[in-house]
Amino acid sequence: MIGVQNVTKYYGQVCALDRVSFEVKSGEIVGLLGPNGSGKTTLMRILTGFFSATEGTVHVAGLDVATSSLAVRSRLGYLPENVVLYPDMSVRAFLNFCARIKINGVSQRRTSVERVLSECALEDMAHRQMGTLSKGYRQRVGLAQALLSEPEVLILDEPTVGLDPNQVIDIRELIKGLGGKATILLSSHILHEVELTCERVVIIDKGRIIAEDTTERLSERVQGTASVLVRVGGPRQSILQALRAIKAVVQVTEQNKKGGDRPEDAVFTVQSSNQDIAREIAQTVINNGWALHELRPVTLDLEALFVRLTRREEQKEAA
Amino acid sequence: MFANFWAVLNKELRSYFLSPFIYLISAVFLLLSGYYFYSDLVFYVQFGFGLNIMENFWQLMFTDLRLVIMLTVPFLTMRLFAEEKRLGTIELLLTYPMRDTDLFWGKFVACAIATLFMLSFTLIYPVLMFALQPFNWTLVVPGYVGLVMLSLTFIACGLFISSLTDNIVVAGLGSLGTLLFFWILSWNDGATQFGLISTIASVSMVTHFQSFALGFIDAKEITFFLLFIIFFSFLTLRSLEARQWRGRR
Repeated sequence: MIGVQNVTKYYGQVCALDRVSFEVKSGEIVGLLGPNGSGKTTLMRILTGFFSATEGTVHVAGLDVATSSLAVRSRLGYLPENVVLYPDMSVRAFLNFCARIKINGVSQRRTSVERVLSECALEDMAHRQMGTLSKGYRQRVGLAQALLSEPEVLILDEPTVGLDPNQVIDIRELIKGLGGKATILLSSHILHEVELTCERVVIIDKGRIIAEDTTERLSERVQGTASVLVRVGGPRQSILQALRAIKAVVQVTEQNKKGGDRPEDAVFTVQSSNQDIAREIAQTVINNGWALHELRPVTLDLEALFVRLTRREEQKEAA
Repeated sequence: MFANFWAVLNKELRSYFLSPFIYLISAVFLLLSGYYFYSDLVFYVQFGFGLNIMENFWQLMFTDLRLVIMLTVPFLTMRLFAEEKRLGTIELLLTYPMRDTDLFWGKFVACAIATLFMLSFTLIYPVLMFALQPFNWTLVVPGYVGLVMLSLTFIACGLFISSLTDNIVVAGLGSLGTLLFFWILSWNDGATQFGLISTIASVSMVTHFQSFALGFIDAKEITFFLLFIIFFSFLTLRSLEARQWRGRR
């Protein structure tokens, strides 16, 4: 649905994007992750046709953004980074204005405006002037205008910035609910955010893509191993030995996690070069007659992942 | 086809007429033009002689109205693009399925309507005059046609300057300065005889207004004004497009 091929963007001598390529499939929610100034906003502006790329091509819904800009724009919903809207216009008047441009037919316009007002929980604010709205509500108005025409592709630049925790959850649920119907590319510098909303992550730093995968697979790739947490009821030393004896197990570390309803359980994290290690662990535990109380994969959270990825990149550069 | 144009026009008209600004500007406009009407009238009552008192009066009156329009139109055009840029809403508008021309002409026509609204109050002067001393209406019709054409060129020029900056004050001062410069160029023919300055002086819309004030509707001058508007609309559209040129090779 979104195809970015070899996009390079220069601002004068400054290279904002360096041969960036990635794809977003129809119905996918993809997170564009990177620190501030990494080129996320530039990339999104190129996707929406607001800026043009120095080199490379961008396709949205099979159309070249550079040559069929209007056709692309009519399929697109875009939430820019800093949504500051007309301060002296009411929410409803603003959405009516957007609807007149984006939607044909008077009755469709009216129903669409009502729909986005309720989707973004803005009914009570519809008559308010936008200058009097809090940051959170303004962000929702921004989202509402992006959702207005039920676009095939949604480009959301930092959609949850400036919201309070409850609003973040609301917006996140709203975005998740759109997955499958719309193709969504959202950017964030908050790793947790992307982890919770997106199926796939593209990590960008200094204008270059440094990693691109599903959230889980990315953390595996960084560790180079699968990591599993296992909680077993039984003799501690024997369990440790049995786990170490399993083929492909690299490391077993005992965790001091007590608590829960079985404080006597032994808890280990097992690192292995075998992705399918959970099955073997389960088999070993059961064959020995111990009680298997918990067995789950441990994923590195994106925070740690990101630090590792960027550091790795720096090491490569140094070498 | 024109849906987007109407949407922009509607939005801009709302923002003009739902805010107190246009009424304030109109009040200042009418104060200044009202005083000109009074003082011009007094002048001709006291010193007027000859056959064409009425003609001469209206000629002076239109020349003065021209100046008042010149001083007020920049205040109407300054925010049109500069504010969208300052707020960041330009990014929304330019990524909506809408041509830049719809955006430009929507704003242009909205500003033209606001200016005509302001100008329409001055119609009370000829009505008053007619009540005091009936005269031939053909004396004032060309003057008004000229004022309308002149306002439209001022708007086109102001829109262009507004599209260059995200600072409303800079936009306002920039267009005011440009318009005043064109006016000053018409003061001293001796100074504008040579070189580049003679070329600039020859496209001064202020000079081209003169025949309207004298009571003629000249097709040549109307063409000049139209070309002027087209030229500035072209420049404004390029200026909106210029964001795309950054980093292009």
